[in-house]
Amino acid sequence: MSEPAGARLLDAHLVVERGDFRLDLPLTINPGEVVALLGPNGAGKTTALRALAGLLPLSAGHLTLAGREWDHPDRRVWIPTERRPIGVVFQDYLLFPHLTALDNVAFGPRRHGLGRQQARQRAADWLTRMGLAAHARRKPRQLSGGQAQRVALARALAVEPALLLLDEPLAALDAGTRLDTRAQLHRHLAAHTGATLLVTHDPLDALVLADRLVIIEDGHVVQEGDAATITARPRTDYVARLVGLNLYRGRAAGQRVRLSADFGLTTGDRHDGEVFVAFPPSAVALHPRQPDGSPRNTWPATIAGVQRHGDNLRIQLNGPIEVAADVTPAAAAQLRLVPGQRVWAAVKAAETRAYPAG
Amino acid sequence: MALLLPAGLGLLFLVLPLVGLLARAPWSTLPQRLTEPAVLAALRLSVQSATLATVLCLALGVPLAWLLARVQFPGRRLVRALVTVPLVLPPVVGGVALLLVFGRRGLVGSWLDATFGITLPFTTTAVVLAEAFVAMPFLIIAVEGALRGADTRYEEAAATLGAGRWTTFTHVTLPLVAPGVAAGAVLCWARALGEFGATITFAGNYPGRTQTMPVAVYLALETDLEAAIVLSLILLTVSVVILASLRDRWISG
Amino acid sequence: MRSVRTALVALTALAMVGLSGCGDDSSDQPAGGDGVSGQLTVFAAASLTESFTRIGQDFEAAQGVKVIFNFAGSSALATQINEGAPADVFASAAPANMDTVLDAGNGDGEPVTFARNQLVIAVPKGNPDGVTSLSDLTKPDAKVALCAEQVPCGAAAGKALDAAGVALTPVTLERDVKAALAKVRLGEVDAALVYRTDARAATTDVDGIEFPESAEAINDYPIVVLKDAANKAAARAFLEYVRSDTGRNVLTTAGFQVP
Repeated sequence: MSEPAGARLLDAHLVVERGDFRLDLPLTINPGEVVALLGPNGAGKTTALRALAGLLPLSAGHLTLAGREWDHPDRRVWIPTERRPIGVVFQDYLLFPHLTALDNVAFGPRRHGLGRQQARQRAADWLTRMGLAAHARRKPRQLSGGQAQRVALARALAVEPALLLLDEPLAALDAGTRLDTRAQLHRHLAAHTGATLLVTHDPLDALVLADRLVIIEDGHVVQEGDAATITARPRTDYVARLVGLNLYRGRAAGQRVRLSADFGLTTGDRHDGEVFVAFPPSAVALHPRQPDGSPRNTWPATIAGVQRHGDNLRIQLNGPIEVAADVTPAAAAQLRLVPGQRVWAAVKAAETRAYPAG
Repeated sequence: MALLLPAGLGLLFLVLPLVGLLARAPWSTLPQRLTEPAVLAALRLSVQSATLATVLCLALGVPLAWLLARVQFPGRRLVRALVTVPLVLPPVVGGVALLLVFGRRGLVGSWLDATFGITLPFTTTAVVLAEAFVAMPFLIIAVEGALRGADTRYEEAAATLGAGRWTTFTHVTLPLVAPGVAAGAVLCWARALGEFGATITFAGNYPGRTQTMPVAVYLALETDLEAAIVLSLILLTVSVVILASLRDRWISG
Repeated sequence: MRSVRTALVALTALAMVGLSGCGDDSSDQPAGGDGVSGQLTVFAAASLTESFTRIGQDFEAAQGVKVIFNFAGSSALATQINEGAPADVFASAAPANMDTVLDAGNGDGEPVTFARNQLVIAVPKGNPDGVTSLSDLTKPDAKVALCAEQVPCGAAAGKALDAAGVALTPVTLERDVKAALAKVRLGEVDAALVYRTDARAATTDVDGIEFPESAEAINDYPIVVLKDAANKAAARAFLEYVRSDTGRNVLTTAGFQVP
């Protein structure tokens, strides 16, 4: 919120009430900036996107783009969807099944006042830019998932939107296609001069594609910042899980952080007061017996579960704190790590990070 | 087996009367009966008026179906029930009702007569109106069903691309529900083609102007059973041929 | 539609008979004066509905015979009789339909003509256009309904118009006389050629204008006892009753001529 107000393209406070659910989301996006809206299912991501698109009216708050009010219930201001300069890529693309790829892309420019030929020319240009010139005459059902995704992106960008909205743009793709498409999407988003909001539940999409992350849970912002800050200093369990860290809250006195009445950790940072303590699963070492020597944080634990995690195994541990630990398959075999097994966990103070919770 | 038996009986029940007509048809005199000018005139009038009635139903019924399927408004249930009135109303009563509205002394008809000098009863226009009145619910129900089954998110996508309600309807919604509209139009046409009660009551009977095939069949029954059978067979053949060809082109294709 | 109406009429007749039967418990009552008893089924032309219902009630009261009517178009009735419908008496609105039954050998003895009907010009009550003759109907903007030539009133109208030498272009050829009359009552036509009995039954809405040429197109109503009649004694008694002064009175009131 420290940027000068003039730099903001989108300035919104989205409040939508539906039954028991309430979305309350302040949101600003600068020109050329890509903001990822990240959150678990039901957090209100799609509600926010629909409110921005005008598919859902605000209950309160306001929505202003480039100084023009789109939705302001208190002042009875409402600009309908078709008059908002937006482009939307929907989760399953929603390409019109009866139109060719070219006509899908030309649909928006045509509605924005271009003649039939001009609209088709612009559509052809966009398809060429997407590497789809050869598929212009195909119907959506004849396109692969990745191709359909790019047609959908071309369709949204072809109207040169001031606000580009992407709803889980990569979720429908298989893993291999997703990697490629993500890279392409990154290029096109970087070239887009308007504001972009990317709604996703995939942290990798958010980290790769976005300049800034806004994380919401249950309709409220829980954390906001650039990728480095969020990955280093998660502030909720959901964010910690997203970025793959163990996260605890406690009371610090110097390097010692008390997490519960009878359990504490020693950290590498010095603080006083309420803090978060975070460390990666790879920092947790497991031992069959209580280790002696250097690690100062050790505690007995019980194995609750074992899962594959990349090349390693991720071990879920119960005990004074719940912890995830990553071990190599070789180590796991040597330790005979099966659920119910009792082990000792150890974390070096230097591998933990503490930061104020206030 | 538990389903096949009643299914077979059902088919038999529907087809046997047709067999009865075929069995009693006067095949030897068929050619000369077919080419009688009165028969051809009735046939042409039937096909023309059923087609015009279908066009009228499309022009009025599709927007009405859209209203019922897409727009929330108070009394929508009542409107939907009202739309089905012609389905349950005996067609003869429908014809009388049309007379009470569009007749020379009718609510609208008296105004039409006084203002424009137009009287509808006993005209081909009246035939089209009577057929449209009876057949429109078939179209509306089919199209409303198709609209409800269609994914409204495509309409939202169109709106995000700058399309207003009308453009969205014509460029996105209608193409998406085209099979449903076609099926509804076919049903509507078939119902209009066979319409008798409302037509003879509202439009009367005059050869070449208001005498459609069903009316001709009814009058033939008074004196000449064989003529009635021949007329019915012609009506059946024409409708089966047209419906079969339309189905292939519009619905399956 | 015709069959639905037929069924309704039949049901109504059955209900009426059933109701009247309930009151006097007639099945076990001793037979009336002439020694006839039991139940009688009469198939009669639709145009006889009002008058025969009345005659039937009188006959029941006088003779103690329960009468069941089936009113429908004469051609439909003839078909039903020839297909074996259980009837004792057939009263037709036209000799042609009677001939259908006789030709099939279903009559018992010669039919007798018990009533005649003739055409009148039905016009809206008060005769606003001042119609007095058939030629008045040929005025350019006059809208006239006739019956279709396939039904008796249409054939009769054709004969009368020929006899008058009047070339008339109707706006519609209605399916039966009641439909033609309805068009007058609704104000959709200025005049229609209908039977005098029908015009008289609708006297609150229409006037019947007599015209001389109707004499050329008189409809005879024949009645006959049927060969397979279950109750021939009662059937003959009913025939006589129709032609008695009481019966003739009812028919004349309805607008029929009686021989």
